[in-house]
Amino acid sequence: MSITLLPPSASAAEPGSGILVQGLRKVYGQGQTAVEALKQVDMVVGPGEVVGLVGPSGSGKSTLLKCLGAIIEPTAGRMVLGGKVLYDQAWASRDLSALRRDHIGFVFQAPYLIPFLDVTDNVALLPMLAGMPNAAARRRALELLTELDMAHRAQAAPSQLSGGEQQRVSIARALANRPAVILADEPTAPLDSERALGVMRLLGRMARQSQAAVIVVTHDEKIIPTFQRLYHIRDGRTVEEAGQGRSLD
Amino acid sequence: MISLAGRDILHSWRKFLLTGIGLGLLIGVTFSMAGVYRGMVDDAQALLSNSGADLWVVQQGTQGPYAESSSLRDDLVHGIEGMPGVALAANVTYFNMQVRRGDSEVRAMVVGIEPGKPGSPSHLVAGRPLSRSHYEALADVRTGFALGDRIRLRRHDYEVVGLTRRMVSSGGDPMVFIPLKDAQQAQFLKDNDAIVNERARSAANPAFNRPGVPGLLEAVVASQTSSHQVNAVLVQVREGFAPAQVAEPIRRWKHLQVYDRAGMEEILVAKLIATSAKQIGMFLVILSIVSAAIVAFIIYTMTMGKIREIAVLKLIGTRNSTIASMILQQALGLGLIGFFVGKLAATLWAPIFPKYVLLLPRDALTGLGVVLLICALASTLAIRIAIKVDPAEAIGG
Repeated sequence: MSITLLPPSASAAEPGSGILVQGLRKVYGQGQTAVEALKQVDMVVGPGEVVGLVGPSGSGKSTLLKCLGAIIEPTAGRMVLGGKVLYDQAWASRDLSALRRDHIGFVFQAPYLIPFLDVTDNVALLPMLAGMPNAAARRRALELLTELDMAHRAQAAPSQLSGGEQQRVSIARALANRPAVILADEPTAPLDSERALGVMRLLGRMARQSQAAVIVVTHDEKIIPTFQRLYHIRDGRTVEEAGQGRSLD
Repeated sequence: MISLAGRDILHSWRKFLLTGIGLGLLIGVTFSMAGVYRGMVDDAQALLSNSGADLWVVQQGTQGPYAESSSLRDDLVHGIEGMPGVALAANVTYFNMQVRRGDSEVRAMVVGIEPGKPGSPSHLVAGRPLSRSHYEALADVRTGFALGDRIRLRRHDYEVVGLTRRMVSSGGDPMVFIPLKDAQQAQFLKDNDAIVNERARSAANPAFNRPGVPGLLEAVVASQTSSHQVNAVLVQVREGFAPAQVAEPIRRWKHLQVYDRAGMEEILVAKLIATSAKQIGMFLVILSIVSAAIVAFIIYTMTMGKIREIAVLKLIGTRNSTIASMILQQALGLGLIGFFVGKLAATLWAPIFPKYVLLLPRDALTGLGVVLLICALASTLAIRIAIKVDPAEAIGG
């Protein structure tokens, strides 16, 4: 695999959409015990683009994911999501739950569907939490499930689905509130090659359709060649490289 | 917005229902304890109501005839009958005894009455009132006696001619009514051997057996073998007179203690059953604490089993208040199931209790409030834990 280092600004993404991260830092602790987990993170991911984020253990991937996901507060830097400043030395809003709900979609290593809600309500829950009426939220959920070829399992309980089906529902859930960015944490780790590529194909298609920027944190060698761009994180710094961008279609 | 709590309950309704039933049985015990106390109070009030008296005249300086022993001469009733404002006055005796019934015994309060006067049962559920002056009895249905049965009291047999219901002592023992003269004999007279011994003792006493006083020994012996004692005189006041107005002259001129209905109720409820009430109160407090601990433990366990789901919910943007509300609703749901199961259980097993268990609707309503309050308080521990759950747990690392 050839690696071409590119500066962040070389991305095709417009700063007004997708996600823009500039000079992000995160320091845990204070004084002599302080640990600088992120030193200089710069990323640009355009709408509809799927990029990979790779790095060895302890490089700061999880910390970056938590900062991008508005779970922990960075120490410094700037994040712009979908043209809105999410963080600029401080969060744009104190209500981080609402920030996550309205701007960020999550896809986990395991689907982590809510076991007591059926497939439709697992997807519809986010729009409902955002204040959408139940009927409209369920219509939105059904649209996404139809897109993901899961409409026939709309009334099923998560426990009745296969692993692949559950992952598709979790992708639908991540897209339900039309987020600016989708953060996927090892979404293909438990899957075989064929299914892993299937999930990536789906993520790519849905990202293009919904114009969401997708950042996939992964160690999975099977899917790394599918990214057009990769961010390597090493010692708290991101380095962009061109990926192979192998077509999945 | 869908009810997350409702969906979770529906998803694992068997576990929830079984837990609720377990809690409900505990709540049922709590209701029964409260019912036992209410039953005791009701027994005391029934005792007073069924006597048909407005005033209880007892030995001076005593709180008789139910809380303390009281002994009066039976001829005092005639003087009381002549007091202003007295409509009816009647002697009564009360004593508890073990009454044989077949091969077993039943504890009963034997009441000596003058038929048709205060102290007599106001209504019968079967049979007829006492019509002969000896050897007839009225028995409460809880004694287990039926019409025509024979009851052995001391030296005599009594035929059950009528049955009463809810005629019980303040201790909950069912009553057996017999004619006053028989009751006086049964209560105060000694057995034959004791009478023979007493006669010999009197004959050997020079004070009673004086050669110069013929008939003295016979008179003393006669007084020993007859009883003219009663425990109380029950008084009905004439219309237009207040009980206090009638009580005062009796107290003043007859040198007797007189209680009106309120005074007697105070003795029975506030004094006689006060210790039992405190005992039951302690049980209620302990049961409430145990119930709270159980609810807290159940809700805590249920919440700990959903930590991952809670982390995911928080990560995707669910507010803490929504999650807290879900846990609170589940705790209240558990409390509601527990309440209904407890109420049903207490209602079903109340008749099996040997003593009267009175389940009042207002106690049930209070119980519902207390159960919901306990559940709400018990859920706070689980809510605290849920609020502290880090959304990052959903993504690991």
